[in-house]
Amino acid sequence: MDRLQEAIAALHAVDTDMGAGRKASRIDPAARLMVCMTFSLVTVSFGKYDLPGLMGMSLFLVVTAIWENISVRRGLYRLRYLAAAVILLGSANLFYDRNIVFYLGNLPVTGGLLSALTLCGKGIFTVFAAYFLLCLIGTEGLCRALRRLGLPGGAVTVLLLTWRYLIVLLKEVRRMWQAYGMRAPGQRGVRMRAWGSFAGLLLLRSMDRAETVYQSMLLRGYDGGALRETTGGTKAAYSLLYVVCWLCVFMILRCIPVFRLAGRIFL
Amino acid sequence: MAVIKAQHLTFSYDGAEAVLSDVSFELESEETVGLIGANGVGKSTLLKILVGLLPGYRGIVEVGGLTVEKKHIRRIRETAGYVFQDSDSQLFLATVYEDVAFGPRNYGYAEAEVDRRVMAALRQVHMEDLRDRQIYRMSGGQKKLASIATILSMEPQIILLDEPSGALDPRNRKNLIRVIREMKGTKIIASHDLDLIGDTCGRTLLLSGGRLIRDGETNGILTDEALLQAHGLELPLSLSHT
Repeated sequence: MDRLQEAIAALHAVDTDMGAGRKASRIDPAARLMVCMTFSLVTVSFGKYDLPGLMGMSLFLVVTAIWENISVRRGLYRLRYLAAAVILLGSANLFYDRNIVFYLGNLPVTGGLLSALTLCGKGIFTVFAAYFLLCLIGTEGLCRALRRLGLPGGAVTVLLLTWRYLIVLLKEVRRMWQAYGMRAPGQRGVRMRAWGSFAGLLLLRSMDRAETVYQSMLLRGYDGGALRETTGGTKAAYSLLYVVCWLCVFMILRCIPVFRLAGRIFL
Repeated sequence: MAVIKAQHLTFSYDGAEAVLSDVSFELESEETVGLIGANGVGKSTLLKILVGLLPGYRGIVEVGGLTVEKKHIRRIRETAGYVFQDSDSQLFLATVYEDVAFGPRNYGYAEAEVDRRVMAALRQVHMEDLRDRQIYRMSGGQKKLASIATILSMEPQIILLDEPSGALDPRNRKNLIRVIREMKGTKIIASHDLDLIGDTCGRTLLLSGGRLIRDGETNGILTDEALLQAHGLELPLSLSHT
């Protein structure tokens, strides 16, 4: 499978083995989005040296992965570049803050190391929370949730159509790339001279196809407005319970240093 | 009563050269009609006008007793389904089920009803087993049938098919013919595939140069070699070999 095909497959996967492909959940997408947003806010609110406190937040990710049967390994693979970028950014702290905070045995632990780890933790936790959210509700579910939480219908529609256009665009790139490659054997990339017409044609072709896709949507009752509500299968009580339980857990983890207390028991 | 009526229909894309000129015909309920003609004679344009995708025509066009104009578009599109020539443009969601459910959901049906319609549509095209299949992993023939299912799930009275057999191998084509024959409702099939038209349609409209040249029994038109050749077509393969 070539790289473009891989990218198209990955985009489709957001709506298949993730999101729409999952069995109907009793929990409303809006409830999941709310919990995910709160999780992210609480996660980034930890102090830069509060690594033990931050570790407590991993509880949400662990429970979600186990409960919803989400493959963490696949997640790590898909998010590898993003995770690497987060780690790279976080590690910059190593050079700025060289004060020794404590010793781990004989090993001095600097403020930079601690804050780098905290920053990486925050980044990775929030990225994974967003990934888990997409796994559970898909892009359409996400748009529906945003709509229910008050985002204007127009903005949600733009988001959804942009997502679909991205897939159309990638497919057109692949078709044109293959057609180009067949007549340019052994050549790496598109020649400078052909770039202008390649890009122009790509834009025209992808817009043409996007137009047909849009017509197909219109012919099946889509009116350019917000997404229709499909609450079938979800239960308000479950959703409420889900939100309340996780909010309580987040508050407890934020206010009580669970890991530090647990550590003191053993030390 | 005619379910589709066109009177003196004239249309042009740029306001200059007419793609369709003074086209008039009527279709009765449950008729299956072939729309034939060489490339660029306006077959797809005619179908798109019928479902309101191309406004700005002149003349009278009625579908299901409603004039094709903005205020009736939603009802007309529930009555008449259009299957695009290119299945890749018709199918834009991830799985077969999701795509087939898109129409009924937009029309606000409850999930139980959506599920019933989706399963009924998939049964009609013999694709029940592929309900959870990812669309980008399907063959051309499967995509074509899935496109038809996306329209059938809206339970339309009229189905318009634009080049349905294009790029299908013989087995998929045969399967498609069977599905078309089993479909209920009024059908218009625009195609170059005259064998397909001969196999499925009792009546045929021949378009040439944007005009309706002949409207009559399929057999009579498809066996008239001089007429077909005069308008850029050839005898169907099944007839030319005998």
